[in-house]
Amino acid sequence: MSKVDIRNVSKRYGDVIALNDVSLSFGEREFFGLLGPSGSGKTTLLRSIAGFVEPTSGEILIEGGDISRIPTYKRDIGMVFQNYALFPHMTIFENVAFPLSVRGVKDAEIRSRVANILELVQLGAYGSRRPRELSGGQQQRIALARALVSRPRVLLLDEPLGALDKNLRQQMQIELRQIQREVGITTILVTHDQEEALTLSDRIAIFRKGEVVQTGRPDEIYERPQNAFAAEFFGATNFLEGHSAGNNGGLGSVRLDDGTLVLTSDVVPANGERVVTTVRPEKFRISAAKAALPEDGQPVNVLSGTVVRPVYIGASVTYHVTTGTSELTVFQQNREARLFETGDRVVLNWLPQHAVVLAG
Amino acid sequence: MSLRSAAGSLYLGLILVFIYLPIVIMMVMGFNESSSYELPFRFSLAWYEQLAGNETLWRAGRNSVLLALASTVITTVIGTMAALALSRYRVRGHAVLQILLFPPMAVPWLILATSMLIFFYYSGIGRGLHAMLLAHVALSLPYVIIVVGARLQSFAQDLEEAAATLGANPMQTFFRVTLPMIAPGVAAAALFAFGISFDQFVTSYFLSPPGVTTLPVEIYASIRKGFTPEINAISTIIIVFSMLLLVVVSRFYRFGGAK
Repeated sequence: MSKVDIRNVSKRYGDVIALNDVSLSFGEREFFGLLGPSGSGKTTLLRSIAGFVEPTSGEILIEGGDISRIPTYKRDIGMVFQNYALFPHMTIFENVAFPLSVRGVKDAEIRSRVANILELVQLGAYGSRRPRELSGGQQQRIALARALVSRPRVLLLDEPLGALDKNLRQQMQIELRQIQREVGITTILVTHDQEEALTLSDRIAIFRKGEVVQTGRPDEIYERPQNAFAAEFFGATNFLEGHSAGNNGGLGSVRLDDGTLVLTSDVVPANGERVVTTVRPEKFRISAAKAALPEDGQPVNVLSGTVVRPVYIGASVTYHVTTGTSELTVFQQNREARLFETGDRVVLNWLPQHAVVLAG
Repeated sequence: MSLRSAAGSLYLGLILVFIYLPIVIMMVMGFNESSSYELPFRFSLAWYEQLAGNETLWRAGRNSVLLALASTVITTVIGTMAALALSRYRVRGHAVLQILLFPPMAVPWLILATSMLIFFYYSGIGRGLHAMLLAHVALSLPYVIIVVGARLQSFAQDLEEAAATLGANPMQTFFRVTLPMIAPGVAAAALFAFGISFDQFVTSYFLSPPGVTTLPVEIYASIRKGFTPEINAISTIIIVFSMLLLVVVSRFYRFGGAK
């Protein structure tokens, strides 16, 4: 059974549609990422689950029960805000004890539960400090401890790492995931950072203009994006456009605008229809124009071009290669004998399963 | 010391003298033996002794204090609730209500007092301490709403949202999160309310029936009868009392202070 169900939820502000008929299910113990640019509706959905936003239509269920008419404080949720929202007039202990004390838990039990959760976030010795005496990362952990101490049914995270610098953020991602596994709580994360969503989430929903564009495991979305928005929002990619040349023997073929025939393991639409395929930059194999093709019997795509601009990053090199009709980004690990230079003629190879046909 | 900073000190000194010299002279003269402020100065507590026996002034003083306390409590509670409603909820006619807060502060008290006198007369409310209380509450309410409102604006609403997600009902949220956060604003507003009521002359003068007065009204009446250093004595007591109040309050809450 799923823990949280979103059923046909819509939210309108006058003429603006913030959420348009969104349906999602979050599983028990699942870490689910809501990913999208700002204004895409992901935060509106999270705030609807929290009870700060009242959906115009649709239902939100927690453990099978409709919570639409239940006020926030009775929803039994935990939430971590982007700026942590710790109470500045309370000590760390009082902050973390707050959810227990408003529920009338006995003092002795409060003390032991707060001590346990502070231990879990490795800040056991900080109980008597004030929030402003702690660093950003420490405040973030306290906010997490406070959200978890009452053992809520769902944990909501609103860009929880957004205020931290990059190194700390990466470290906190690992810790957050570890704590979430340890506690075993269904967690819904809102973020606009695709790397964060990828590192943390079991599954991801990509939002655009109030709608869910694609739902799936991070690798599913990365390897098989269903449309151009999902492909571009979730990592760098290239688009190759042409017309369908039909399906044959389990492979679809696409005649690119420059005449080259490209194979894909996806099914292409009827002959002659417009098709867009996408290929991730690291899926290309780049070689000198006259290098021999690998002969392992696999069908492989071939496209020749000219290096426009190599971008040397150290561990890797990103080549911008023009094929005449389009410019492609090619990513290569820096372990070849020689690097290509501007003006070099090159051949790009990639497998049919790495050419993904996009919808619409 | 450079010329520039010397000029600065002089300027500051002049301002302080301008503000405090009249007060200091008034206080000193309360301890002078002469009834017509004659020099040389001879120390005496005669005027304070006489004041102690002045029943009318004491009664007026008690009225003033009780009136100010009642007005402060009522105004602070109502005003804080109104400020909360205006800043946290989408009240119907929100903008109009907010704009309506300002005229009572801009319209001269004399005009307000006149209109109140007329209104209270026709509505049967009449004159007396109850009418003065109504008037004082009405006069200080806008100040309280604006001062508390400013404080509410400056602290992030997500603390209240956080409290709700943590299981606190609206009452718990108010008393454990909102009120402690806005306490300095509420204290400042209460001081304002107390000051406006305690200092109120015009409305009290209009609304006091014969025999029931407040301190400002009584002081005014005494001055008209003939100035005696007794007035200096009572004024000195009031000043010392207000100063003490201010010091105590500012000790508890750092004014305009950081969170």
